[in-house]
Amino acid sequence: MERPRTTLDGNEAVAKVAYMVNDVAAIYPITPSSPMGEWMDQWAAEGQKNLWGCVPHVVEMQSEAGAAATAHGALQTGSLTTTFTASQGLLLMIPNMFKIAGELTPTVFHVTARTVAAHALSIFGDHGDVMAVRSTGFGLLASNSVQEAHDLALIAHAATLEARVPFVHFFDGFRTSHEVNKIEELVEDDMHALIDEELVRAHRARAMTPDRPVLRGTAQNPDVYFQARETVNPYYDACPGVVQKTMDRFAQVVGRSYHLFDYVGAPDAERIVILMGSGAETAEETVDYLVKQGEMVGVVKVRLYRPFSVAHFVQALPATVRAIGVLDRTKEPGALGEPLYQDVVTALSEAAAEGTAPFKTAPKVVGGRYGLSSKEFTPAMVKGVFDELAKADPKNRFTIGIVDDVTHTSIAYDPAFSTEDPEAVRAIFFGLGADGTVGANKNSIKIIGEDTPNNAQGYFVYDSRKSGSMTTSHLRFGPRPIRSTYLIERANFVACHQFSFMEKVDVLKCAEKGAVFLLNSIYSPDEVWDHLPRTAQRHIIEKKLRFFVIDGYEVAKQAGMGGRINTVMQTCFFAISGVLPRADAIESIKMAIKKTYGKRGESVVKKNWAAVDMAVDHMHEVTVPGEVTSSFDLRPPVAAEAPEFVKNVTGKILAGDGDLLPVSALPDDGTFPTATTQWEKRNISLEIPAWDPDVCIQCGKCVLVCPHGVIRAKVYDVALLEEAPATFKSAVPKWKQFKDLRYTLQVAPEDCTGCTLCVQVCPAKNKQEVRLKAINMVDQAPLREPEVVNWDFFLGLPEVDRNALSLGMVKDVQLLRPLFEFSGACAGCGETPYVKLVSQLFGDRALVANATGCSSIYGGNLPTTPWAVDADGRGPTWSNSLFEDNAEFGLGMRVTLDKQAEYARALVLQLEGVLGGELAHVLLTADQTTEAGILEQRKRVAELKARLQGQSGFEARELLSIADVLVKKSVWIMGGDGWAYDIGYGGLDHVLASGRNVNILVLDTEVYSNTGGQCSKATPRGAVAKFAAAGKPTGKKDLGLMAMTYGTAYVAKVAMGANDMHTVKALREAEAYDGPSLVIAYSHCIAHGYNLAMGMDQQKAAVQSGHWPLFRFDPRLAAEGKNPFQLDSKAPSIPLKEYIYNETRYKMLALSAPDVAEALLHGAEADVRERWRLYEYLASMPAEGDVVAAAAEAVHAE
Amino acid sequence: MQNLTTMYLGMKLRNPLVVSPSPLCTSVDNIRRMEDAGAAAVVLHSLFEEQLRQESNHLNENLLQGTDAFAESLSYFPDLSEYRLGPDNYLELIRRAKETVDIPIIGSLNGVSEGGWTEYARLMEEAGADAIELNEYFLPTSPDMSDGQVQAIYEDLVRSVKANVAIPVAVKIAPFFTALPYAAKRLADAGADALVLFNRFYQPDFDLDALEVKPDAVLSGSSTLRLRLRWVAILYGNVPVDLAITGGVHTHEDVIKAMMAGAQVAMMTSALLRNGIGHLTRVRDDLIRWMGEREYDSIEMMQGSMSQRSVPDPAAFERANYMRVITSYTPGG
Repeated sequence: MERPRTTLDGNEAVAKVAYMVNDVAAIYPITPSSPMGEWMDQWAAEGQKNLWGCVPHVVEMQSEAGAAATAHGALQTGSLTTTFTASQGLLLMIPNMFKIAGELTPTVFHVTARTVAAHALSIFGDHGDVMAVRSTGFGLLASNSVQEAHDLALIAHAATLEARVPFVHFFDGFRTSHEVNKIEELVEDDMHALIDEELVRAHRARAMTPDRPVLRGTAQNPDVYFQARETVNPYYDACPGVVQKTMDRFAQVVGRSYHLFDYVGAPDAERIVILMGSGAETAEETVDYLVKQGEMVGVVKVRLYRPFSVAHFVQALPATVRAIGVLDRTKEPGALGEPLYQDVVTALSEAAAEGTAPFKTAPKVVGGRYGLSSKEFTPAMVKGVFDELAKADPKNRFTIGIVDDVTHTSIAYDPAFSTEDPEAVRAIFFGLGADGTVGANKNSIKIIGEDTPNNAQGYFVYDSRKSGSMTTSHLRFGPRPIRSTYLIERANFVACHQFSFMEKVDVLKCAEKGAVFLLNSIYSPDEVWDHLPRTAQRHIIEKKLRFFVIDGYEVAKQAGMGGRINTVMQTCFFAISGVLPRADAIESIKMAIKKTYGKRGESVVKKNWAAVDMAVDHMHEVTVPGEVTSSFDLRPPVAAEAPEFVKNVTGKILAGDGDLLPVSALPDDGTFPTATTQWEKRNISLEIPAWDPDVCIQCGKCVLVCPHGVIRAKVYDVALLEEAPATFKSAVPKWKQFKDLRYTLQVAPEDCTGCTLCVQVCPAKNKQEVRLKAINMVDQAPLREPEVVNWDFFLGLPEVDRNALSLGMVKDVQLLRPLFEFSGACAGCGETPYVKLVSQLFGDRALVANATGCSSIYGGNLPTTPWAVDADGRGPTWSNSLFEDNAEFGLGMRVTLDKQAEYARALVLQLEGVLGGELAHVLLTADQTTEAGILEQRKRVAELKARLQGQSGFEARELLSIADVLVKKSVWIMGGDGWAYDIGYGGLDHVLASGRNVNILVLDTEVYSNTGGQCSKATPRGAVAKFAAAGKPTGKKDLGLMAMTYGTAYVAKVAMGANDMHTVKALREAEAYDGPSLVIAYSHCIAHGYNLAMGMDQQKAAVQSGHWPLFRFDPRLAAEGKNPFQLDSKAPSIPLKEYIYNETRYKMLALSAPDVAEALLHGAEADVRERWRLYEYLASMPAEGDVVAAAAEAVHAE
Repeated sequence: MQNLTTMYLGMKLRNPLVVSPSPLCTSVDNIRRMEDAGAAAVVLHSLFEEQLRQESNHLNENLLQGTDAFAESLSYFPDLSEYRLGPDNYLELIRRAKETVDIPIIGSLNGVSEGGWTEYARLMEEAGADAIELNEYFLPTSPDMSDGQVQAIYEDLVRSVKANVAIPVAVKIAPFFTALPYAAKRLADAGADALVLFNRFYQPDFDLDALEVKPDAVLSGSSTLRLRLRWVAILYGNVPVDLAITGGVHTHEDVIKAMMAGAQVAMMTSALLRNGIGHLTRVRDDLIRWMGEREYDSIEMMQGSMSQRSVPDPAAFERANYMRVITSYTPGG
């Protein structure tokens, strides 16, 4: 049977099978499993049929708990059902997994195994999640590679139907889910041959139907529960046999053979390792290599981990084994060992007791941990484990791949050991996120994988920042199958697509001798040498690299490609790597371009083709000098004056050497200092804004909208200018009270991302030349050095006295120091201006509970954090609990504050005599509704602490420990719409109802932004999103309206771009309200699909069109007898389509399915009309006070 | 009963009222209503060269924005299986319009480069268009471009489109030619079957509050007609092409003036945008009434009757006319 050879990643490989053999998929996005659900949704939207000629129903739920419950229901009623998840998502499914398994329900959950958040969240891969569901009764089936994930997906679906044991089919997050590899694809006949139709019908026959009514889900009592729980044993006993039988059937049909435990290595091995997942591939590669060297080693690859079959396990072990290393990719603190180790020990012990073990002498068994959170697991580490096993007394409960200098668990290995195939092409590409490098490399893999007999593998490493990020592509091609599930350490081709990386990263460290180096350079072959740091020059000379340059930007520009140099660099790669004959390669690249971009229009294809045609002629080989001549070297990752922790830990991570940090370097409870982005100078923008003091009206709008906190303003004493650098600019302040001072608007030249929001929003125009404003984009390079000096001088100027400002005015707010700065958010982010504003207004007293999502990533992803501190060392304290629980998490903070304040106040009363009656009285009655009031209270608390110092009484010591709580604190609960509208809604609703004083800021991008644009209940009707590929058919949930129904919560809907003053006012009112507040903020987003420089204009259009009416609902007004609802924007003044069709999320539907788009547009227009009518009605309702007055008047008239 | 028929682009039209390109022409329903209201032909809205290219490029750029840069969000949109980019929607409109109405449907192309245009013209023909109107909307802004070069661009485009289609091609031009009659003759030589006078360049306005140049589509009034009347009257009989007037045709009197100047058809846009499609019926009925009152048997009878070659004082269309207007002007009158 002819089966296609395809290059794809693990997620797509699994989804292809899951789609064909299921009727229903209940899904929810979570990295790295989201693409499986996205593929399912897309294929369903395209009308593709499954094995039974039907289009599966793909249902997005509000959480993984919801997805599991929906799967449970669908299964109970006879559907073949699946879901996809990882990490915390899998944990949310646990309650239903017990139910599904307890009811012997056949299903497969496909899991991209991912780290579970503990001291920190990690999106990367290990087995922490799947190990947490061991007790649910689900079978656990592990795949180690893309091909295996494809094959075992089918085996799992086939076996579960017979076994009636549900399966978690898992494969390593990112390493397998995102690795692109060449596989043989299963065809429909294979699936028909494996899926037994009789078993499918038997599943349906067990379904709930009123035609044959049954009862499931009973409550049982002590008398029978236990016995009933034991009824499932026969199924679990039979399950391993069923799975092996299915694997055998698969081997018969397809030809690839799998076993529950597959042994590879010397038949007479003395040392073996046992593991599962992608690490097993590396172990196999290492074992192959070592056996050829004559070593007696082997590896057992565990496939069916649960139910664990001792019989099958011992059969897989050579009788000669003397030492076994069991490797777990997870950690269970406090356990005797990790799960696989414990199972192996138990299995061997039982086998020995029963006499079924094959050994003459019982082998020594040790367990170890490796690869947590996708930590590299290399052949060198496998060899290190074998070397350890060769010792007389190998270390147990070891770790490999790190240096543990605290509890000394780590074992040593020789990093120089390598098993790389010398015949393979091993290529590394350093690209800029926005330049298309990864996309082009994925195309290259397809070209080589599908147009040549070569095997091909691609793996991609991304940045932790969303703007100006670096990507690293690792590509292997070769005649032999590629099992290397680790990054390339010895490359024979290195390409650097961004010249600025040369001064930041040691890109040639991984180049092997004689490798080819391709550099995208604005410098010609004659000039480039002098612009390379010494380290790079040394590598090139010592390793005898062939060195090529091309000005990719110039070629891309000429071809009309803007900054996307991908096809240019891809063509050069093929031209000099020799993987394919040049002409064939160019033909293939062009075909791939046509395939990828063809449907987006001829013009796009032609541009790319033009880039291909021009590329080779612009590439030049550099004549390499014989000596290192450069006067500079790699820049240090952080400034010399940075704090020790930042230099020693953060700096190492920034330099790409985080792997080298020992355990002792890291905090033991996940606690990190804030205010560290200031030390990382990223220099990612070619252009920065420059201020023109003569044109500026000092309105502060640019400062307000800057998403990255790089534009600041101060007023200061004129005398301070005496020390100012030569190019430091200033102007007369346009404030009456400051007219004798000076005003400066300063840009941080090395932190700006070049988003241009500031320029777009600037209302002041140069009267001589209206294209110029008060702030204009200019080349960064010539300004970099002088502006760095100016920036430093500016930071040294004193902060403005907050008491002198009117904080309700945008103009005054610009003078407040942001305590959220230089985040790694997307350039032009629509969320961060709000976050920054909160930090300016309330940062010195804020506790922030942050839901998982974009804001937790740009707010809390290592290496650096944007949350900062003021001159007194105060600033927001920040934490992220989970995605689903953020409102509750924040409420907990409030409860503590309230409890401690109550206790502190009681203690103050008790200590009145010691403290003095006056101080005690003022402390307890202080008005803290103003900045001045809070400042005074801080002084009083300082005085209180001073008086308590040295007091030895119990009450005094107690009060001293919590005295700070007597100063007003502000709890901010922040997150996106995925949290607030969907997964966290239940909690959010409860917190709103609690009456407690918390402030909830919803950064509403109308889509799950962080996980790549999946539909949420905030997504408007007619917008295309993932999981709504056919356009969202239903309207956006009106969260504000729902919150208002309590009557006791302050609710506001704001859009900074439409009315910045309103935003400031709403945030201040929310914070001042002594009860729950909800502020829903329109946040433009990269997932809306337009140039974010226009973000604020789109916000305005959203309001003008009526899509986003501005309002405030203030319960304090109701208490005064007034109407609490104030509608703050005008009636819709532009057609809805004038707003929505600026955005790709709407436009793409109009281009793809115009009739559907039009119908949804009409629906959305009706939504706008209806909402406006309702809001107008609410705003015009007579308030209770009016009603009472009217009644009184009526009585009087009578 | 008067004979309202007229010949335009080799087609016999039931009357001289043709609907000019506007957003009204984007739906088949409207086109049917236009036929019902009395339109003799409809020129569809223009397919803009820049718009097609931009739409494609924007879609691609926006779909690519931020992709493959951050591990959790390697893309932000599902990749839909097809996009109707390029002329697909437009061709579908032609097909559906032809299925729905009996009056001729004229496709309109707006652009200046040869590139894909000739191909689009052919596709329009295949979709059933009865003729093509080529809107040569080109504003030379470079001081290095000569009038000859501009003229050459116009002519080359006409030639290449004509080489690709068998259906007639009308060319819509702007009035800004140094020597309009010569330019008209050259376009006729290049193969133009008709000239449509004139394209109304939308003149941008200045917003003094925002200090911005703002595009501002001002609908025409009857006074717009004057320029067209003059040039049709001058060209009539001197250039071997059909002439059409577009711009400023609002009433039956405007139609009559257009015919008398020498036009084969009078095209309407602003009047319909302002008054609705039903306005066509009023104009036609008024035209019939007027012809009846003045005893005109046919449109043909009046066509060119007041062209430069037919009036007693040909100078009325020349500079002498200007002098007379100036001297007769009374301030505040």
